[in-house]
Amino acid sequence: MIDWCEKCEEMMQPFLDGALSAAEVQEAERHLEKCHWCAKRYRFEERLRHYVRVATAEPMSPDLKAKLAALRTPLH
Amino acid sequence: MSESAPTAADTRRLAEEARARVRFEEEALELSDQVYRVARRLVGSREEAEDLVQQAYERAFRSWRQFTPGTNMRAWLLRILTNLNIDRGRRQQRSPQTTSIDTEAGDYFLYNKLESQVPDENPDEDRVLERLSQDSIVDALAEVPHDFRDVLVLVDIGEFSYADAAQILDIPMGTVMSRLHRGRRILKKNLADEAVPSLDGGAT
Repeated sequence: MIDWCEKCEEMMQPFLDGALSAAEVQEAERHLEKCHWCAKRYRFEERLRHYVRVATAEPMSPDLKAKLAALRTPLH
Repeated sequence: MSESAPTAADTRRLAEEARARVRFEEEALELSDQVYRVARRLVGSREEAEDLVQQAYERAFRSWRQFTPGTNMRAWLLRILTNLNIDRGRRQQRSPQTTSIDTEAGDYFLYNKLESQVPDENPDEDRVLERLSQDSIVDALAEVPHDFRDVLVLVDIGEFSYADAAQILDIPMGTVMSRLHRGRRILKKNLADEAVPSLDGGAT
């Protein structure tokens, strides 16, 4: 018998990357509709990816911005 | 005679080139925040990231003619930047041993571990995510060995496609996918280690 939760776990990364075929996406979604346990872990992963992006974002200093702008070719 | 005709054409061509150059530079500068955001996580310190971005822009502005208009300029800039980073020999960067990393745990591992630390029965996923502080995420990412981190940063932070990441790092797409897979596992393992380590001792 297929362990659908295990299969769903394996499909999570490619699912969130949009790297699954349409048929595979359908298969995962069918399971996720019924299985709150897996659905919760998918939602967590999605939130985690977003959180990693936000938490690691550090704005560029105005100083560097000015230095880069100064590299432009002067207009004649 | 027709001596003035080529001169007029030359002038036109030069003016056109000057305009193209200005357009290129403006577009590149508009992308600088995004380039910096990626650069900052490719290297260990703010100073190094600033240095690297500045060098990359200097090089990009010098070789602007090599950029093909209509293609992905952000990827082009990051390719210059990662090449510079590799040329610098990744000096101040840690290169942790990759052999002893256990990434066998499945993809639900981090969630399962964090959930077990939340006292509520069946908590929602935001409560679980709160177990991770911003600092712990920054540290956990910095601890990922750089081969894996490069891919992770480009795809998960820079939001580049597998194909763009492959081109930027000059590695096959299959390598991007396997490093990404492994890198995410390592990141999650680091996150699991960083989250409330004090509760860890009595767990087993």
